[in-house]
Amino acid sequence: MTETISLSTDPIARRWWADVAGGRIGYERCADCGAAQFYPRGHCTACGSRRVETQYAAGTGTIFSITVVHRPPSPALQPFAPYAIALVDLDEGVRLMAHADPALAIGARVRAGFTSFGGRVVPRFAAE
Amino acid sequence: MAFISGVGNTRYGKIDGCTTMGLAAEAAHAALDDAGLRPKEIDGLLTGYATTMPHIMLATVIAERLGVRPAYAHALQAGGATGVAMAMLAKILVDSGRCRAVLIVAAENRASGQSRDQAIQTLAQAGHPDYEVPYGATIPAYYGLLAARYMHQFGVTDVDLAELAVVMRRHAGRHPDAHLRAPISRDDVMASKPIALPLRLLDCCPVSDGGIAAVITREPTAAAKVRIRGAGQAHFHQHISCARDWADMGAKASADRALADAGMALGDMRYLAVYDSFTITLAMLLEEIGFVRRAGAGEAAAAGRFDLTGDLPLNTHGGLLSFGHCGVGGGLAHLVETQRQLAGRAGERQVRNATTGFVHGDGGVMSSHVSMVLERV
Ligand SMILES: [Zn+2]
Repeated sequence: MTETISLSTDPIARRWWADVAGGRIGYERCADCGAAQFYPRGHCTACGSRRVETQYAAGTGTIFSITVVHRPPSPALQPFAPYAIALVDLDEGVRLMAHADPALAIGARVRAGFTSFGGRVVPRFAAE
Repeated sequence: MAFISGVGNTRYGKIDGCTTMGLAAEAAHAALDDAGLRPKEIDGLLTGYATTMPHIMLATVIAERLGVRPAYAHALQAGGATGVAMAMLAKILVDSGRCRAVLIVAAENRASGQSRDQAIQTLAQAGHPDYEVPYGATIPAYYGLLAARYMHQFGVTDVDLAELAVVMRRHAGRHPDAHLRAPISRDDVMASKPIALPLRLLDCCPVSDGGIAAVITREPTAAAKVRIRGAGQAHFHQHISCARDWADMGAKASADRALADAGMALGDMRYLAVYDSFTITLAMLLEEIGFVRRAGAGEAAAAGRFDLTGDLPLNTHGGLLSFGHCGVGGGLAHLVETQRQLAGRAGERQVRNATTGFVHGDGGVMSSHVSMVLERV
């Protein structure tokens, strides 16, 4: 199945999505200062170090915010609507955007799962 | 010193057969006439971008079209803050002695130059291409996330947000060039269809065609003597998932810099022009900058404080929410209305004692902030 929304050519992003397809959510930790960051960049935004390592999140976290999209950006995504997009604070200390159960409220404890959206596997969070 | 010596605009809305260049020329001519200047007297030209007309050097395209041969010209990009950013750079160019008269112009046939789906898709690219856009996020979704969190954190209600939409529409009803002029009620806003909950259709600005321009000069060239007294910026993030402190998005930092630059205080501002792409945008900006208390924008609107006769007259042209949003020109309209108010030329919208004005532009998702203080001299 072809993907409705293409990724950029960034190899770091492509690797991250390949990990997601394999059921893992990656993030970066700096080997020099220890800072955790998302999204992955290949360098540390806290100290400027180029020595960052990919680590994998346990998949648990808290809903920071959530909205329900009724009108998708393209007609090809209309069959998926309505869908919820959330910002999730992972327990490792990083925040990422993902899909979520529309019934979730801000502050809810959640666990990552994965779902198919627009021809791609994306992380989707549901109540822990 | 830098004066906004002339302003001009086309009508905003859906304008059949219009082009970005046609709108730019119409607005620029109106601003030049208003300033009492001819194209050859312009020695600086700044513009923004147009999603319907991507181009690598839009400023010289416009200059050539107008017959202007500027000593300084290029385009700027700061999303919705571009209009105020152009005015800030024009002030810098004029103050430094590099230019005598800078034309700033913004135009786009954003409504009629592309399909609605194209517009939604193009604008969604303001999100991160790899970590936000693949989730099917849209501009309203980014702002829906903002609204949900901000409402949760500070106790803002959907009634509060609806009050802001109502005031903007009431103001637009008095401007002949506004896109949306029919009055709406609080209930209309809350009954409008969900777009990205908690945001509904009438919490969102329309997509418009339009053009608008201003001329910034070293000396006043017309009767209107409105001076740019100070300006400031702040840029804390680009993507909403990277915004750290949602009570401190950069709006206050930007406003504080502009006020310090002007040597004035928030309480000195007699007229406000604050970016309002969504009702939540307006609430967050007014509250973070400090014009009203946290969660206080709705009650201030309901109490009439943003009306012509209120103590904080705001966006009397109707703002993005009702005057319309044609891209860069949407945010520049706030500055143009402020000039008209301070020059005493706002007609039936005129605010009494509008001697000072505060303008704030916001690009992206509370990403780029540019603030400006104007005064009548
Ligand atoms: Zn580091």
